[in-house]
Amino acid sequence: MADAVVAEGLVKTYGEVRALDGLDLRVPEGTVLAVLGPNGAGKTTAVKILTTLIRPDSGTASVAGVDVIASPRAVRRTIGVSGQYAAVDEYLTGYENLDMVGRLYHLGAKQARQRARDLLEQFDLADAANRMAKTYSGGMRRRLDLAGALVAHPPVLFLDEPTTGLDPRSRTGMWQVIRDLVADGTSLLLTTQYLEEADRLADNIVVIDHGRLIAEGTADQLKSQVGGERLEITVSDGTQLRRAEELLTPLAVGAVVREDDRRGLLVPVDGGASQLADALRRLDAESIAVDDVGLRRPTLDDVFLTLTGHAAEDKDAPTTGHAAAKQESAP
Amino acid sequence: MSLFTPLADSLVVARRNLIKVKRVPDLLVFTTLSPIMFVLLFAFVFGGAIGGSVTPGGNASAYREFLIAGIFAQTVVFGSTITGAGIAEDVQKGIVDRFRTLPMSPSAVLAGRTLSDVMNNVIVLVVMSVTGLIVGWRIREGFLHAVLGYLLLLVFAYAISWIMAWIGLIVPSPEVVNNASFVVIFPMTFIANTFVPLTSLPGPLRFVAEWNPISTVTQAARELFGNIPAGGGLQTPSWALQNPELYTLLWSAVILAIFIPLANAQYKRSTSR
Ligand SMILES: Nc1ncnc2c1ncn2[C@@H]1O[C@H](COP(=O)(O)OP(=O)(O)OP(=O)(O)O)[C@@H](O)[C@H]1O
Ligand SMILES: [Mg+2]
Repeated sequence: MADAVVAEGLVKTYGEVRALDGLDLRVPEGTVLAVLGPNGAGKTTAVKILTTLIRPDSGTASVAGVDVIASPRAVRRTIGVSGQYAAVDEYLTGYENLDMVGRLYHLGAKQARQRARDLLEQFDLADAANRMAKTYSGGMRRRLDLAGALVAHPPVLFLDEPTTGLDPRSRTGMWQVIRDLVADGTSLLLTTQYLEEADRLADNIVVIDHGRLIAEGTADQLKSQVGGERLEITVSDGTQLRRAEELLTPLAVGAVVREDDRRGLLVPVDGGASQLADALRRLDAESIAVDDVGLRRPTLDDVFLTLTGHAAEDKDAPTTGHAAAKQESAP
Repeated sequence: MSLFTPLADSLVVARRNLIKVKRVPDLLVFTTLSPIMFVLLFAFVFGGAIGGSVTPGGNASAYREFLIAGIFAQTVVFGSTITGAGIAEDVQKGIVDRFRTLPMSPSAVLAGRTLSDVMNNVIVLVVMSVTGLIVGWRIREGFLHAVLGYLLLLVFAYAISWIMAWIGLIVPSPEVVNNASFVVIFPMTFIANTFVPLTSLPGPLRFVAEWNPISTVTQAARELFGNIPAGGGLQTPSWALQNPELYTLLWSAVILAIFIPLANAQYKRSTSR
């Protein structure tokens, strides 16, 4: 199968900041790649390079077999892009925005108009079609911007955080739109902060941090990379949390994550139910009461936490998972 | 992809900008209202004081006739800041990012923007001409000369709008364009013959003013409208003032030759943040 997007060794620096530090990416044709990473990881920078907006300092990239750096205009004929911040013209109506984009894709006046109407319908914006985009809510603008990316039925789509700021209903709607596109053969690279989104939509996932790839694979592969099941425990008395951590560390196959704010521990284990019992015995022996205990499969949140040392939506340095932060990348 | 693609794309962009002018009429109201105010202020408040020095034995009505072309020049030059601010806003809001990922002609965004500002200037000139006629200004050299006068004003403003386009692409926000234009363009339109005859300016300022292309575009318009004798009333006018049409066109050509490529190169690197 050919690759819709290939990037090798992308480097982009802004002064001292290495926004991308030798990033490799691949999107096989007709598949979805989700790029996960904390704030400042370099997701938007990668998207901007692949969509011809900026040039990398070094490295190569091609989209649909066309070199992004050498032939940006040819690349633009095959892509649809929706950036991280909705780029709609506030003084045009929703309809005029899409009609303009259609004309600039050279669809011809008639088709541009028809396409604009169809997309407004599809994205639930038909009622607001003739209102200035200035009067749209944030989510409506976001949808209009996404519709703009689809105007020319591009075979390769880039969506930078497409569902950030959408309400749950719009988000589910968006997922359906994306699934339909992919079913029709569109290749998609999307960045996201929502692990659930990557889990549901993506064939492949890459996790990046500091402009480097730190893990890649399918959702299942990534989950197994960070260990099997997790023991999730909430103790009744927060002051006993550290002692509980000490007691359970011998059972763990990876780093134990302590979450002080919810008096919780996450212990990666591989023995299933027998270790659940073992853990409870150990805590009971020191009279540490628990409010809640459970065994669950790892989520992508765990992957994220383990690999990057901080949660996906954390703006700051590691706050939870001090142990995870010390751990080297995937085993 | 045809030969006409760049033109067609520019028209799409120009249309978009004009829709904005229609939806936010404040923009046009402000750019026309302030020159109308200038006409009235200078004609009726300062006119009496300045008027005497324009022509020997001159009076307020002679001054009004002198004034109008100067205000035309100042206004169309100021109008070019709309180009700069508009482009800076498009960069900031990510509209340029959107355009730059489309397979459109890469020169169309700037070409369309500068084109729509010519249309703005046409509207502004019409409004001001009517105001001028009301306060007593007249076209005395015939229709053809007058058209040439208007065209020269538009060409010069078009050239300046390419400088502003480039500035709009290198500054971080639209406000900077407005401030910069106020600091640079505003004085430039005053160190000229726009409001007062050059004879009234002291030595060094007068030298600047005699070679200031804003003076020459004003001078050319005045001559073509038949509002003032050639040479601007100076005993020994500069070469520029003796050949104001040619000098203005030279400036316009040089500005366009430098700033069209510069702005287009900058556009190809522009992205939000
Ligand atoms: N134009 C720029 N000038 C200076 N630094 C920049 C610029 N663009 C990006 N950076 C820096 O590069 C790094 C990567 O930024 P990027 O926008 O790609 O991150 P991101 O993964 O998209 O983050 P987020 O989740 O917040 O959108 C950050 O440290 C950012 O500050
Ligand atoms: Mg980003």
